[in-house]
Amino acid sequence: MENKNLHSTLDHEPVILIKNLYKSFGELDVLKGIDFTLLKGENIAVLGKSGSGKSVLIKILVGLLKADQGEITVLGKRVDQISAKELDELRLHIGFSFQQSALYDSMTVFQNLAFPLTMNIKNLSTKEINSAVDEALDAVGLKEKRDHMPSELSGGQRKRIGIARTLILKPQIMLYDEPTSGLDPITSAEINSLILDVQKKYNTSSVIITHDLTCAKTTSNKIAMLLDGKFLQTGKFDEVFTSEETQIKSFYNYNFIQ
Amino acid sequence: MISKKSHGFIFSKNIDSFLEGIYNAYQFIIRFFKEVFQPPFHIREVINQCYEVGLKSLALISLTGFIVGIVFTKQSRPSLEDFGAASWLPSLIGIAIVKALGPLVTALICAGKVGSSIGAELGSMKVTEQIEAMEVSAINPFKYLIVTRVMATTITIPILALYCSFVGLFGSFLNVHAAESTSLIHFYQEAFKTITFLDIFSSIAKSIVFGFTIGLVGCYKGFHATKGTFGVGKAANEAVVLAMFLVFLEEIIIVQLANWIRFF
Repeated sequence: MENKNLHSTLDHEPVILIKNLYKSFGELDVLKGIDFTLLKGENIAVLGKSGSGKSVLIKILVGLLKADQGEITVLGKRVDQISAKELDELRLHIGFSFQQSALYDSMTVFQNLAFPLTMNIKNLSTKEINSAVDEALDAVGLKEKRDHMPSELSGGQRKRIGIARTLILKPQIMLYDEPTSGLDPITSAEINSLILDVQKKYNTSSVIITHDLTCAKTTSNKIAMLLDGKFLQTGKFDEVFTSEETQIKSFYNYNFIQ
Repeated sequence: MISKKSHGFIFSKNIDSFLEGIYNAYQFIIRFFKEVFQPPFHIREVINQCYEVGLKSLALISLTGFIVGIVFTKQSRPSLEDFGAASWLPSLIGIAIVKALGPLVTALICAGKVGSSIGAELGSMKVTEQIEAMEVSAINPFKYLIVTRVMATTITIPILALYCSFVGLFGSFLNVHAAESTSLIHFYQEAFKTITFLDIFSSIAKSIVFGFTIGLVGCYKGFHATKGTFGVGKAANEAVVLAMFLVFLEEIIIVQLANWIRFF
């Protein structure tokens, strides 16, 4: 069944293409030959147990971690082959929402949002900076928190500001690392709705790393189940979770019992 | 297939990790010198960090310098009086404070105050993914966080050391004045009589090296912090201990070098 909430501008141009990706840390093999495709306008939720390598996958996509082996193509550029300068140019088109929000503690909300803008685009006027910050804050519904410090915000608000900070550079791809972890169900629902709003307004394609099935079902076109370093199953939510595979069944049952 | 896989150690776990640490520190220093001369220079952030390092350490350095000056004079007076050389006191204090105590006391205070603060700040930024957040925003965290802080300590600590020397000499003057009613100008003339250009030059050069070391060690430890809040505390602690150890080591080496230069 198609997710009715999703903005449907899906076409068949891949924005992320991963072939045969391997990654290990010392003797621990985390990713064991992964193939993955994200089409333009598509939202894919990557589900899996804690420590299954979900966050490693998206960190490899933005070059924060290096793959041991495999081809990683993002927006037509080979992440595993490009120079540091090209990687920085590519990163301007990718928004990364961190699990712990990663807001700069020493800066106000305004400064947090203005920082990536002023560091990457030279000679912006104060008016332009103010207007871009206000637009991003408006998109996440937290305009009134402009002059607050991150320590004065709740968990949900920090997540929203973290998302706003990525939106300031108008990304084509959004990578969400556990967007609803540590949040109550109501705030989680608000974040899910924000992910959909962002997709609609900014026409982004997204990879959503989560182990929250409600988040996955609400925000994505497709589910990819990452277990034991490989994608066990990929498809629409109902297709994946009607599977008889034991690990998928137990993942599904545990989420709903919880 | 994954080709790289490490089993076992070359020597032992501790020796391997020690050697790896040295290699990483070497790479860190090389990277610093590569990045420091390349734009963008983040001048505003360097000034901001100079303010953090300088102005915020001023009160502690003033107090310590002043006390060191008074105490050193008080302790030296009886010995010099025994030899009938009490009039040499300003010269002795001048040499001791300008050549050794000023730079050393400033470096030790800054290693404790600034080194730990840099280690803890960068460590907490590392474990809360703030450094990664900079990277994914196409901002070079090494340039923005490390280069600016190391530049700030390298610029500010020599200025603080000179200031500390003057405050120390002033503390010493008050003690001498109380005992012998010497004027301030006469005291400073006497104090600087035996100090040469090479003494002041080596004192400033020493402080530049101390400032660079303190900044670099704090940044290195903070930038490589791991294991959550425990790692942050460890980074701050190691930044202080290692910076102090290196400051003492550098003090010995630079004094020796200055003596060789004087000889030639």
